[in-house]
Amino acid sequence: MQMARVLVLGAGPAGISAALYARRGGAQVTVVHKGKGTSALSRAELVQNYYGLEEAVPGAELERRGLAGAIALGISLVEDEILALDYGEGFQGFRAVSPGKTYEADSVIIAAGTTRKAPKIKGLRELEGHGVSYCAVCDAFLYRGKVTAVLGSGEYALHEAEALLPHAAEVLLFTQGEEAPSRLPPQVKVHKSPVTALEGTERLTGILLENGDTIVAEGLFVALGTASGSELARKLGVMLAGQDIKTDAHMATNVPGVFAAGDCTGGLLQIAKAVYQGAEAGLSAVKFLREKK
Amino acid sequence: MKPQVITKENFAAEVLKSEGTVLLDFWAAWCGPCRMLSPLVDEVGEKHADVKIGKINIDEETELAQQFNIMSIPTLMVFKKGEKVKESVGLIPKEEIEALLA
Repeated sequence: MQMARVLVLGAGPAGISAALYARRGGAQVTVVHKGKGTSALSRAELVQNYYGLEEAVPGAELERRGLAGAIALGISLVEDEILALDYGEGFQGFRAVSPGKTYEADSVIIAAGTTRKAPKIKGLRELEGHGVSYCAVCDAFLYRGKVTAVLGSGEYALHEAEALLPHAAEVLLFTQGEEAPSRLPPQVKVHKSPVTALEGTERLTGILLENGDTIVAEGLFVALGTASGSELARKLGVMLAGQDIKTDAHMATNVPGVFAAGDCTGGLLQIAKAVYQGAEAGLSAVKFLREKK
Repeated sequence: MKPQVITKENFAAEVLKSEGTVLLDFWAAWCGPCRMLSPLVDEVGEKHADVKIGKINIDEETELAQQFNIMSIPTLMVFKKGEKVKESVGLIPKEEIEALLA
């Protein structure tokens, strides 16, 4: 019989701790992360105030130890960027999509940290659900025959633009001054000038740029930077509180089989809290998989 | 009440001509958040025997989706005496669904 597969997003203290406990519980564990030096831990100059550290240790060194410990236990660590998280065929299990690969799992633990990247664009919040969307897979269909825009410049923005192309009359990409992704389909028109405000009261009608232009569009899909843990979770139907993923005391979200740990759940942005929550999430995932059988 | 399927054929009879409160859930099969919201809406219907629960599949009922300007799903709407009184976009907890009915 095949071992249950647990997919962990993020290789910081929460993700690695979750992976260790899930692996010890007998699951086949894959950790997908964005590479060394991308976690909040790796950017910490020195870590003190943590149990068992005789002297302060650079964050990057603590991360190295964490990753090495996980590898020693037989956990697969993969450097990749997850662009979308979805249910598997017939809503059985989960699928995480990267630019070149699809990861299938029976349970997902989101430990991808937090990003505070809310853009300062007038009208963005007010028009949410009335032209502003965070889920192209959910809402693309509603923009059939309409001019629709994506905000962002990376692989994530490209992924959202590709989801809109079959439906929208035209897809625009607003890159906030950045270069557009190289594999962008030629029919997507790029605007580099940063978006400053959105027009429309009842619904989005236009996008105002720093260079003074107003571009007519009825939809704007936000996909800045890389997809955060909460953005990925939201598309599955995980309940959020602001940007934080809501969990119970066992780190379970409202979606059966999906757990979250660490900074993406809000609260203290501390290693101790991330390690504890990771442990709890790992154990909960194992329990979920046993009960599912 | 138990949820029922609302289509453009029965919309007038079941929603517009309804004397009481109707809670409409606009959804689609491919939408993860809709999948998590739907059972919460059903629970609210079980608890409130006087509230009619209507499910509108926007994939099949494109005219209704256009008529009500649905731009993001899930969207919930509350009708009272045939008039739209509340609207909410996105996945919300059960307590917030109940608050829409007030």
